[in-house]
Amino acid sequence: MRPVTFRKLLFQCLFLVVILFLVVVIALKFGAVPVSLYALGRDLLRVLLGQSSQISSDYGLIIQNIRLPRIILGIIVGASLSVAGTSFQALLRNPLADPYVLGVSSGAALGAILALIAEPHLPLPPAFEALLTPLCAFLGAAATITAVYFLGRRQGQIESNTLLLGGVITASFLSAIIVFLMSTVNSSNTRGMVFWLMGNLSTSFQKSIYWLLVAGFFIAAGVIYGTANDLNILLSGEKEAMHLGVDVRRVRFVVYIAASLLTGLAVSVSGAVGYVGLIVPHLMRLIFGSDHRTLLPTSALGGAIAVVIADTLARIVVAPNELPVGAVTAVVGAPLFIYLLRRRLA
Amino acid sequence: MSPNRSSAAPRTPPESPRFGTEIRLAVEQVSYAYSANPSQAPLFTLEATSFQARPGEIVTILGPNASGKSTLLQLIAGVLNPLSGRILLNGFVIHSLSPRARAQRIAMVQQESRLLFPARVWEFVLQGRHAHGRSLRFESKDDMLIAQNALMQVGAAELSDRLMDQISGGEKQRVILARALAQQPLLLLLDEPTLHLDIAAQVGLFDALRRLAARNRYTVIVVTHELNLAAEYADQILLMQSGRCLRVGPPTAIFQRELLEQVFQVPLKVEMRGHGRPRVTILSNS
Repeated sequence: MRPVTFRKLLFQCLFLVVILFLVVVIALKFGAVPVSLYALGRDLLRVLLGQSSQISSDYGLIIQNIRLPRIILGIIVGASLSVAGTSFQALLRNPLADPYVLGVSSGAALGAILALIAEPHLPLPPAFEALLTPLCAFLGAAATITAVYFLGRRQGQIESNTLLLGGVITASFLSAIIVFLMSTVNSSNTRGMVFWLMGNLSTSFQKSIYWLLVAGFFIAAGVIYGTANDLNILLSGEKEAMHLGVDVRRVRFVVYIAASLLTGLAVSVSGAVGYVGLIVPHLMRLIFGSDHRTLLPTSALGGAIAVVIADTLARIVVAPNELPVGAVTAVVGAPLFIYLLRRRLA
Repeated sequence: MSPNRSSAAPRTPPESPRFGTEIRLAVEQVSYAYSANPSQAPLFTLEATSFQARPGEIVTILGPNASGKSTLLQLIAGVLNPLSGRILLNGFVIHSLSPRARAQRIAMVQQESRLLFPARVWEFVLQGRHAHGRSLRFESKDDMLIAQNALMQVGAAELSDRLMDQISGGEKQRVILARALAQQPLLLLLDEPTLHLDIAAQVGLFDALRRLAARNRYTVIVVTHELNLAAEYADQILLMQSGRCLRVGPPTAIFQRELLEQVFQVPLKVEMRGHGRPRVTILSNS
């Protein structure tokens, strides 16, 4: 017997934080302007220590204003999608559940697009304007997961394959609506079709959006982490969980809302980046085990690492052009999905 | 008390002090109706049922399929809410307890859903400690000891580090029972626990239940199809047929040929054995 302890969790997280830092340094190095690794590591530490004014070199501007915001966006998006994926997998008792595969990302994207189209026509106070897109993305995500949940239910039980099929079909249907909207609505601020369908981290936002994302992530992920023990038990089945003292209805409701919020936030700034919520939790389970008390934090960090790596690849493989980050995650994620599906059916 | 309980059985009628005098479980005029659609007539009804059970007592619920055995068990577990009547555990109404409070008092052993990810036996048994801990916390030394002790009580201590999907059906059933014991319940409910078990494992399970009921003062309620195991091990039997509880009483009161033939729709023979427990032989229809 080797139970999970707080110390173990701390070590695992520390290990991943170190990897994340290295990945961030490497991601900062790559790009049109060459930057030395040593200078980068030194300057990054200064930023972390709140001494960013001491960065004097001429590339400081590129690092601080272009590459770093994009990496931070990647970290938040990756962490959010991974935690959402882990939660959906536990709630739906389906190892293949992922916001993208289930159509939740597409629902969020549709909500965000509708908000962007409607925004110029609405007499909104400027403070609320920035909130409208993430809010509508969250509503889109929540509506989609509700619909897919009921699509996948037969006689009161969730049927795994029906659920996945329902999700894939929902995603395809919502994507069609997105394509239709993007083709017919002439609006300058809707960011383009590829952004929403494939995911892209190249858009830059006001500083307040980053704070909103960080706060939203910590609140939603914190709420989900509060149910980590319940999620462990839910993996054995809802019936069993009820007998073991889990308030199944409350946990289900709370975690669905929080996971939809995470998906909505991520999608509203990056579009539908796929398969992160599938690949990362599986990898983390292989390395650290399937206990949600460690799986949720390690997945969050792992997701951040994965998306930063994927986005760096997206920037450099076809340089000077760029790939959408979702293309990179899909190239890795789709074969993994097939592999997991085959193994499960075997 | 004699360690060999089966030989002690005839000398201990249900009123004997080995159960204590207090009523632990009181099922009072409990009924239930199940319908797929609220506007339609119910597909299944359980008519008002009453019985009482004391600490240390083994109660078995017998009856053909769809007689309401499992529904009654789910009602006692507090997972279903009765349409009328109430169920009291030590004087508290079960279905008004919170899920956590309920799981600290009532443990259920049933056919398990398939596990999604591989789990070790000890991890599985530790799940029984869930209701005793706060929502976000790590298991304490006490929890580990209780889980280990639970495995020991069902004779499965050596399985501790094995994977759940790599142990036999009989071993798995013992581990599931150990998880229930780790809940440290007052009431131990088992839904057809002998399903898929070979005969030795079936007898082993009921022996374990009798031992545990006596030692830990559990009130044990077992739904089963095994007439002879019920006759051998039960202190009290509920006989059910199409949503009605026909009779409650000690095995000798239930095991009467006409009654059982009418309920189970097969010709059978009932004989009384030397130690005062009845035995049923099913006769072929030809």
